[in-house]
Amino acid sequence: MIKPALSDEILLSVDKPARYLGNEVNMIKKDPSQVELRGAMCFPDVYEIGMSHLGIQILYDMFNRREDMYCERVYSPWPDLHKILKEQEIPLFTLETQSPVRDLDFLMITIQYEMCYTNILQILDLSQIPLSASERGENDPIVIGGGPCTYNPEPLAEFFDLFYIGEGETQYDTLFAIYKKCRERKCSRQEFLEEAAKVPGIYVPSLYEVTYHEDGTILSFSPKVDGIPAKIKKEIVMDLDHTSYPTKPLVPFLKITQDRVVLEIQRGCIRGCRFCQAGMIYRPTRERGLEQLKEWAREMLRSTGHEEISLSSLSSSDYSRLPELTSFLLEECRGRGINISLPSLRIDAFSLDVMSKVQDVKKSSLTFAPEAGSQRLRDVINKGLTEEAILEGAKEAFEGGWQKVKLYFMLGLPTETEEDQKEIPRLAEKIATCYYEIPKEQRNGKCQITISTSFFIPKPFTPFQWASMCPRQEYLARAKTVNDELKLQKNKKSLKYQWHEADVTVLEGVFARGDRRVAKALKLAYKKGCIFDAWTEFFDNEKWMEAFDEAGISIDFYNIRKRSMDEVLPWDFIDCGVSKEFLKREWDKAQAGIVTPNCRKSCSGCGALQFEGGVCLENQD
Amino acid sequence: MKIRIKFRKYGMMRFIGHLDMMRYFQKAMRRANIDIAYSEGFSPHQIMSFAAPLGVGITSDGEYLDIEVHSSKSSKESLRALNEVMVEGVQVTEYKRLPDAAPNAMSSVAASAYTVQFKEAIQNPFSLSALQEALHGFYDCQEEIVVTKQTKKSQRTIDLKPFIYELEGIEEENPGFFLKLSAGSGDNIKPELVLKAFFDYLNQNHWKIYWDDCSRDLQIHRLEVYARDDSGGFLPLGAAGEDIC
Repeated sequence: MIKPALSDEILLSVDKPARYLGNEVNMIKKDPSQVELRGAMCFPDVYEIGMSHLGIQILYDMFNRREDMYCERVYSPWPDLHKILKEQEIPLFTLETQSPVRDLDFLMITIQYEMCYTNILQILDLSQIPLSASERGENDPIVIGGGPCTYNPEPLAEFFDLFYIGEGETQYDTLFAIYKKCRERKCSRQEFLEEAAKVPGIYVPSLYEVTYHEDGTILSFSPKVDGIPAKIKKEIVMDLDHTSYPTKPLVPFLKITQDRVVLEIQRGCIRGCRFCQAGMIYRPTRERGLEQLKEWAREMLRSTGHEEISLSSLSSSDYSRLPELTSFLLEECRGRGINISLPSLRIDAFSLDVMSKVQDVKKSSLTFAPEAGSQRLRDVINKGLTEEAILEGAKEAFEGGWQKVKLYFMLGLPTETEEDQKEIPRLAEKIATCYYEIPKEQRNGKCQITISTSFFIPKPFTPFQWASMCPRQEYLARAKTVNDELKLQKNKKSLKYQWHEADVTVLEGVFARGDRRVAKALKLAYKKGCIFDAWTEFFDNEKWMEAFDEAGISIDFYNIRKRSMDEVLPWDFIDCGVSKEFLKREWDKAQAGIVTPNCRKSCSGCGALQFEGGVCLENQD
Repeated sequence: MKIRIKFRKYGMMRFIGHLDMMRYFQKAMRRANIDIAYSEGFSPHQIMSFAAPLGVGITSDGEYLDIEVHSSKSSKESLRALNEVMVEGVQVTEYKRLPDAAPNAMSSVAASAYTVQFKEAIQNPFSLSALQEALHGFYDCQEEIVVTKQTKKSQRTIDLKPFIYELEGIEEENPGFFLKLSAGSGDNIKPELVLKAFFDYLNQNHWKIYWDDCSRDLQIHRLEVYARDDSGGFLPLGAAGEDIC
């Protein structure tokens, strides 16, 4: 048995020691002395969040299928252990063999949201790896970044040796082969990085140079060495039926966020909502085959013993074989105490029927995400959900016994007016009215409509990437408008309103569309003690504001400033498959309130056709 | 059909808490294809109950849980199926059928036996003979052993002596303690409580060995959990069941 890196005394003094011990069911065990390559996959947040992430499980499984490699895991130590590791100078360690991360060849960090950026610095710092890639020596691990935030990697450029842009399944073998060859030939770190930069999808930030105009916008972005591409094209798997999938996923001891079997049914989304980054960068939509999914579902339930299986995709209702898949799961799980969880379903007769079979309608709530209160604004954002469809769905649901509805909206969307904001509680009121129109004897007390608003953050590679954000105070004013209007509604006692904090929104905005210069504020914030910024109890806006002040970085430059359409954006060097011309067309259509049909209805020429697969080659109506 | 399962918990698994162990076994039952029974309703749960929670950091050779099954393979096959899906640090050692009328594991618990030893012999301040003599003075010669027991709500003073069934010094190389203590829903006495009282006694007798210094160097290990038998003696919980052939 592996000896823990931490003493009994430390393990018994920290919250949930199981976070740091590994040994979970289906953990991969190898003899590190018998492999050529050692790496660690890292999710820079606490264990329970990181272990819930499917992408890491896919890559962990895929890397460990290689006989010459041992891939381990590491997550962010909770602040209690963070303090101990710092004070006692204990290097951060992997879960599997409890070895120092700094002794490995690769540290591969998935970057899922902006508010984990200080946690990335924490991982490097606790691992005793220099924060800046330029300060790393020949024996430090190669630090690799992946995940959605790498579609604008610039705020993190300083801290990573390389970024892998796109889906991990395609190019890692090539990258590892180059690493092995370089090691054989005793090449330097620099020589390896220059070779790696030639691999499709690989971006080595230190090999590119950015210059700026006097007004602070980007003048140029270009390679510093010959033979590496000026534009990095995202990597993507076109045949999802012949990829590896973790059929023996890890089963943690701790209760984690996603404590269930996760079956990824498709990638991408046909809808084209104009605020949604995932809907653009994962194009084209590609489905997994039904038979393959059935086989994996069976095998994963057997190998994990989980009591729940969940479908994973951006929009499950758009999976073309959904009826067959759900009836298979219902059949398979019947009588075995296994629950089925169906997130991201559009509410209609079919989904209500399925849901009534898998959940207790009295306890569960229905979720609608209209995102905007008025039809006008829903057209602007291309959210193809009409008021009619929402009310129809709600009516059917209420008749089916549901009483709780959750509604998700965004505030601060482009072109949003006070009227649009007021339409949010009015829509909730209409839903409540639907409920109270049901004869009293047929309903079960009061209904509960919960409105949730978050503030819109423009993301790279969306039609709204040029949009200006609001000042912090303006966000709160808009939330107040919603709240005031809600109080005027007849059924206000059945309506509940929750809104997000505006401080975090402002920072997310900066890092979503920031350039290399914002790294300075990030480093200062970490030095001041900012970690776990995604956790309300640890987020410290004052420290962040100090950090930006000291770094001399204007938040308004990134968030409020009006960008011109021909400005060089920090992420323009990435080719995500969707063309800038398409995004511009969509931006213009948004201003005019014109909707764009989904990919199955007709092709809008976004550029994803170049990948020659998925929905692009399906027969269209 | 009621089944009583006995297992060992050792190594780094000692840091996995009781609730997490319950979840672990629920999933293990499915992986091992045990034909376990579920409760009725929309969110059915397995019919499973544990005998006596084990504190975090403590290892054990004598953990028990009861399950209800519709059908069962032989004890030997079931043990093999369960051990095939265990992680390192958990080993199932018994799988026995209980009489239908048998009380459940939790309500049967009457006593637990432990050893408590220094993790490293080098930390050990005792010789076996000195320890045995001190324990004799503490346990045999005192009429009562009064301590303050802190619960979540209040603190109360109790006399530990009637709840200590056995207390001995063990092992020449690395002297430590053997304790057999009252356990269960009534008077559940933890070994730490007894040992702290013993160390306090040592200090009153000028030993200058302090519980707060030593406690973290000690490894507590549960050997067995007992039920009362008809004659008032103790029987391991597993003795209530029989192997399925």
